[in-house]
Amino acid sequence: MNRLRAWFLAPTWTVVITLFLAPLAIILGYSFLTRGVYGGITSPSTLESYQRLIDPIYLAILWRSFWVAGASTALCLLLGFPLALFISRAGRHKNFYLGLVMLPFWTSFLVRTYAWMFMLRDTGLLNTFLQKFGLIHSPLPLLYNDGAVILGLVYGYLPFTVLPLYATLERLDRTLLEAAADLGAKPWAALMRVTIPLSAPGIRAGAILVFIPCLGAYLTPDLLGGGKSVMIGNLIQNQFTTARDWPFGSAVSLVLMAIVMVLLFAIARGDGEDLL
Amino acid sequence: MECVLELRDVSKHYPSHHAVNGVSVKLARGEFFSLLGPSGCGKTTTLRMVAGFEEPTHGEIRLNGSSIQHLKPYQRNVSTVFQNYALFPHLTVRDNVEFGLRRRAGNHIGDRVRDVLDLVQLAGKESRRPAQLSGGERQRVALARSLVLEPDVLLLDEPLSALDPNLRKQVRAELKAIQRRVGITFLFVTHDQEEALSLSDRLGVMNAGQLEQVGTPEEIYLTPSTRFVASFLGAVNWIGGVGVRPEAMRIAREPSRNGHRSRPATIVHSTFLGNCVHVDTRLADGEPAVVEVSRLGATFAPGEAVHLLWEPADELRFE
Repeated sequence: MNRLRAWFLAPTWTVVITLFLAPLAIILGYSFLTRGVYGGITSPSTLESYQRLIDPIYLAILWRSFWVAGASTALCLLLGFPLALFISRAGRHKNFYLGLVMLPFWTSFLVRTYAWMFMLRDTGLLNTFLQKFGLIHSPLPLLYNDGAVILGLVYGYLPFTVLPLYATLERLDRTLLEAAADLGAKPWAALMRVTIPLSAPGIRAGAILVFIPCLGAYLTPDLLGGGKSVMIGNLIQNQFTTARDWPFGSAVSLVLMAIVMVLLFAIARGDGEDLL
Repeated sequence: MECVLELRDVSKHYPSHHAVNGVSVKLARGEFFSLLGPSGCGKTTTLRMVAGFEEPTHGEIRLNGSSIQHLKPYQRNVSTVFQNYALFPHLTVRDNVEFGLRRRAGNHIGDRVRDVLDLVQLAGKESRRPAQLSGGERQRVALARSLVLEPDVLLLDEPLSALDPNLRKQVRAELKAIQRRVGITFLFVTHDQEEALSLSDRLGVMNAGQLEQVGTPEEIYLTPSTRFVASFLGAVNWIGGVGVRPEAMRIAREPSRNGHRSRPATIVHSTFLGNCVHVDTRLADGEPAVVEVSRLGATFAPGEAVHLLWEPADELRFE
C-alpha cells in the first residue's frame, strides 16, 4: 500500500522539487552573491542586496504595491459581494451567471489588458466618445496612473472573489435569514448581522486570492501604469532584464514571498482555521 | 375569551396544488393551540403565513384585531421557533437571545436576557456557541430567543421532532410548564398526536389543506367530527359503519346480555406491549378488529371463539 502511494506521489514530488524547491534554492543562493558585469552572478557573497532594500525608493515601491493591491482587493470585495449574493439567489439561472463571470477567461489576460489600453488612452474609445459629444474638450488622463492599474487589477481578479463568495453564500442556510427577519431585523440589518459574518470564510478566501497576485502583479502595472506606477513585480522584472542585477532581483523576490507568507500565517492564526 | 389571532378563510394556492384551503380559526390569548395533521396537510404553510414568510393568496390574518397578512415578518409581533432551531452559529447563546432585543435598546436588556435564560435553564451557558450545545439546549435557546421578545403569539414548527424520543417527553413537559408561566399564546404545529393531545388547551386537525375539526383534546378524541379525525387520533375499528376505539372494547367468552353491543369474533394474535395487550381478532364477516385489554385480565389463545363487547355510547358515528 505504501509503495503504491509512493508511486502515485512520485510525479507530483518530481514537479515540486525540480520546478519549485530547486529554483527557490537557487534564488536564495543568488540573493547573497554579487552581480556580474553583464548580468548573472559572481562571488563574493554579501548581504548588500538586502541592505539596499531599505532605500526609500524601494520602500516607496513596496508601499505603493501594498496600497494598490489593498485598494484592488477592497474594490473586488465591494463589487463581488453583491454580485455573488445575486447569483446565489438566481435560482435556475445560477449556472448562466457563473458562466458569464468566467467568460473573460476565454481570452488571454494580456489581450484583455491591451483592450483596456485602447479604451483608456488619450485617443481611445472613452476619450473620443466624450469629446465627440462635447462633454470634455481635452482628453482625460485615464491611462498610465494608479487608477488605471487598480481598474485593470479589479477587472482581472474580480472572478476570484466572486467564486469563493458565491460558494459560501450558496451554502448559507436560508432559515437563518428567516429567523433574522422573524426577530425583527430588516433586510439591511440581516445582511450586516447574519449574511456578512457568516460569509467570512468566503470573504477571507476571496481577499487572499486577489491580494496576493495583485501584490506581485507585473503585467497590469507595466501596461496600464506605464513607467509611472511601478510595483514590486516590475522592480523584480527590471532587475533580471535591463538592470542586470540578479542578486538584488532575487532578494526582492524572497522578501515579497516572506511578506506574503507572514500575512497568510497571521490570517490563519487570527482565525484558528485552515488557510482558505 | 379575548381573541389574539384570527385566521379568516385563509388560503395558499400554488400553481400545482392548494396547500391551504379556507382555514378559519380564532386563538384566545394565553392558550396553547396545536395544529395537528399528517405531513403535507398545510399546517406548516399556515404557520409560515402567520409568521409572514408566505403571503396568503386569499383570506385575512388578524393579530389583535388588525390585518397583518401584508406585513413583513419583521413588522409582526409574532415569533417563530424553527424546526431546526435556526440559531445563529456565529453568535453566543447570549447574543442569539439578544438578537431581537437590539433595536429596543434599554438598560433592562441584561435583566430580561438573564430572566429568560433562567426560565429555560440555560444560566451559565451564555458564552457557548450553538455548536457546543446539546439538541435539547439548542431548542431552549431558540425558545428563549423568541420568548424574550414577548410576542403576541409564539409559533412553534415541530420543535420537538429533532430531539431523540427519550428527551422529547421531558422537553414536552418543560414546554408546557414554560407556556403556563409566561402566559404567551402558543401556536404549535405537529404531526404527533400524543404531543398535540398532551400539550394543547385546544387543537385543530388539518387534512389536505383544510381544518377538519377544532376543539379540546377530549372533544377531538371522544367526538371526532370526521372519519379522518377519528383515525388520525388513535386507532379505530370500523364495525358495521360505526367506529369503536380498541380501548373501549372488551373480550368475553359469552355474548352480552345487558344492553352492550356484542359481535362474535375469533382470536388471531396477541401482542404484549408492557402496559397493555393488543389482541388482533377477526369478526365473523372477515373484518379485523383490535382490542386493547389489560395484561391483568384473562388471556386468549389464537383460534379461540370469543365475543367483542362495547357500550353504544362509545360508538363514533359519522354521516
